[in-house]
Amino acid sequence: MKKQLFALLFALVPFSAMGAVAVDVPYSMTPDLKDQESLQRGMQLYVNYCMGCHSMEHQRFARAAEDFGMPQDLVEDNLIFSSDLAFNDQMHNAMTEEDAANWFGAPAPDLTLHGRLRGGDWLYSYLLTFYKDPSRPTGVNNEVFDLVAMPNVLEPLQGVQEKVCAESDRPMEGAELDTLTGKYQSCDVLQVTQPGSMEPDEFEEAVYDLTNFLVYAGEPSKLQAQALAPKVLIFIFIFGVIGYLLKREYWRDIH
Amino acid sequence: MGNPNKAKAERGLMRWVDDRFPATQMVQEHLTKYYAPKNFNFWYFFGSLALLVLVNQILTGVWLTMSYNPSAEGAFASVEYIMRDVEWGWLIRYMHSTGASAFFVVVYLHMFRGLLYGSYKAPRELVWIFGMTIYLLLMAEAFMGYLLPWGQMSYWGAQVIISLFSAIPGIGPDLAQWVRGDFLISGITLNRFFALHVVALPIVILALVVLHLIALHEVGSNNPDGIDIKDKKDESGKPLDGIPFHPYYTVKDIVGVAVFLFVFAVVIFYFPEGGGYFIEKPNFEPANPLKTPDHIAPVWYFTPFYAILRAINFSLFGLDAKFLGVVCMGGAIAVLFVLPWLDRSPVRSMRYKGWMSKVMLALFAVSFVILGILGVLPSTAGRTLLAQVCTLIYFAFFLLMPFYTRLEKTKPVPERVTG
Repeated sequence: MKKQLFALLFALVPFSAMGAVAVDVPYSMTPDLKDQESLQRGMQLYVNYCMGCHSMEHQRFARAAEDFGMPQDLVEDNLIFSSDLAFNDQMHNAMTEEDAANWFGAPAPDLTLHGRLRGGDWLYSYLLTFYKDPSRPTGVNNEVFDLVAMPNVLEPLQGVQEKVCAESDRPMEGAELDTLTGKYQSCDVLQVTQPGSMEPDEFEEAVYDLTNFLVYAGEPSKLQAQALAPKVLIFIFIFGVIGYLLKREYWRDIH
Repeated sequence: MGNPNKAKAERGLMRWVDDRFPATQMVQEHLTKYYAPKNFNFWYFFGSLALLVLVNQILTGVWLTMSYNPSAEGAFASVEYIMRDVEWGWLIRYMHSTGASAFFVVVYLHMFRGLLYGSYKAPRELVWIFGMTIYLLLMAEAFMGYLLPWGQMSYWGAQVIISLFSAIPGIGPDLAQWVRGDFLISGITLNRFFALHVVALPIVILALVVLHLIALHEVGSNNPDGIDIKDKKDESGKPLDGIPFHPYYTVKDIVGVAVFLFVFAVVIFYFPEGGGYFIEKPNFEPANPLKTPDHIAPVWYFTPFYAILRAINFSLFGLDAKFLGVVCMGGAIAVLFVLPWLDRSPVRSMRYKGWMSKVMLALFAVSFVILGILGVLPSTAGRTLLAQVCTLIYFAFFLLMPFYTRLEKTKPVPERVTG
C-alpha cells in the first residue's frame, strides 16, 4: 500500500512542480459567481462603459439574464441600448472595426473570454491602475499594461489618478520600506487628484463587480458545473463503495 | 430468471447466434475462460482505464463533431457555441479535453508498468510493439485534435511542430508544406487535421487496440513476478495461479474505474483548464497568424520530447542543431520500439533484476519527469544543461541496457506467483 501511495505521489510530481506561471499584478480579487447583485451591477457597468467598443461575441443577454436572475423586460429596458440587438442576441458592440482601427490603431479585443485569458486579478488591477500621463495620446497610461491604447473610460467615476510621491501600504518596486511606519516611500504611488463621481472605496467595489462579470462571461458553465459536481461525485463515491464490496465478495475465494 | 420458459428461450437464442457467430466462444476466450495471473497489483489498473478513456474520447468526440465547425472562420466560435449554447456542451467538451490528458496519464503509467515488470519481453514483443504504435498514433491524434479549437496556442503549437519537418535536409521545406497543404497553417490544414483526427486515426487506433488485445490474450498476461503461469497447471489444464478474467478482474477493475472517475470528475467540474496545462491560456484567444505568443509550450504530455528537441543546441558532424534535435526526439520514441531486444536479462520483473537495472529505471523515470517540466518552461542556459543531462540518461537507459542487464546478478525467480 505504501508503495502504491508513493507511486501515485510520484505520478503527481510534474503537476505540483510546474505550477502555473503567475503574472505579477498589484491587486487581486476573488470572483463570486453566486453574488447575483454584483454580477448585475457589473453587467450594467459593462453595457454603459465598455460595450461601445468591446463586443462579447459569445455572450448572450438572455443567458446573463437567466444566470443573474433578471426578468427579460428589465434587461430590454435597461441593458440593451441598440435597436439592432434583441434579448437573445450576443452582446455586439457599436463600433465598427474600421473606426476602431482609425481611432485606436486596432480593433478593441472581444472581451467574452478575457476573464479566462487574463484572469480576474489582471483585469481588476488593469482597471484600477490607469494614471495621468500627458505624453500618451489618450492622456493616460496603465501600470499593468504599459502604453495601452485604451483611454480610461471609467474616469468620470474614478476621477483623475496620478503618480505622486507618497506612502503606500503595499510593497512597490524600487520603493523603500520605512521601518518606523511599516509603509513604503515611493514616487509611483497612484492617488486620485481630481475626484470623480465615486469615492475610491466605492470605485473599487464597482471595478470588482465589473471584473466579476467579465470572469463570469468567460465561462458561464462554471455555475452549472459547480451545481452538478457534488451530485456526480457522491454518485461515483457510492458506486465505488458498492464496487469495492462486490470485489471483496468475489475475491473471498482467491488465496 | 424465475420463468423456465424464458431461460429456455434465451438458451435457444444464444444457440441460434452461436451457430452463426462465435459469440459464446469469444466471451469465453477473452473473459470467462481467459486466465489472468491472480497477483495483479495497482499498476494493472491502467490497461482497462486506457480502454475506458478511449471509449470516452470516441463518444464525446462524436457529440462534439455534431456542433463543431472545421473552418478557420468558424472553428473558434463553434467551440464557444458548444460551451454555451449546446445543452451539456460544456460537459462534453471538458470530458473530451480532460480525457486527452487523462489518456496520456494512464498510458504513461501503463507503459511504466511494462518497464517495471518486463511485460515487453518474449513472448510479448508484439503486444509491446502494437502498444507502442498505439502510443505513437495517440500523439498524432492529440496533436491534430489540439489544432481544432483554433486558439492561439493551437495555431502556434502546430506551427512549431510542423516546422520540425522542414529541418530534414533536402526535402524538409517541401515536406512541411505538403503536411500543411499551404504555405502556413491555414483553414486547409485545419480541415485535413479534422479529417485525420475524427476519421482516419481513430479507425487505426481502434484496430490496433484489437490487435494489442488479441496478441495479449494469445500469450497471456504477464504479472509482477514476471513468471509464466502456464507452466504450472492443474489436472483440468487451468493455470494454478490463474483466475478467470471475468468475474474476478472485471469486478476489481470497477473499483479502479470508480477511483479514476472520481479524480476525472473533480478535474472536469473544478479544474477543467488543469492549471493551464490541459487547456493553455493563450487558447482563449482566436488564432492570429500575425501575432506570435510570448512563450509557446506544447501540452504537458509532449513536453519531455520537446525538451529533448530543445536540448540539442549544437551542430555535430556537419548536421544542423535543429535537425539533430528532431533526430533525437524521433529517436527517443523509436528506441522504445526495439526495447524487447535490448533487454538481455534472464528475468522479466524488476523484483528479480539486479541493482543496475533498478538504478537505471529510477534514473530514467526521474529524467523523464524532469524533461517534462523543462519542456513547459522557457529555456535558460542552466535548464538547457539539465535537459542535456536528462536526455543523456534517457538514451543511456536504453542503449546501455544490453550490457547492464547481462552483467548484473539477478535473484532467483520463484516457481509460483508471490502475491
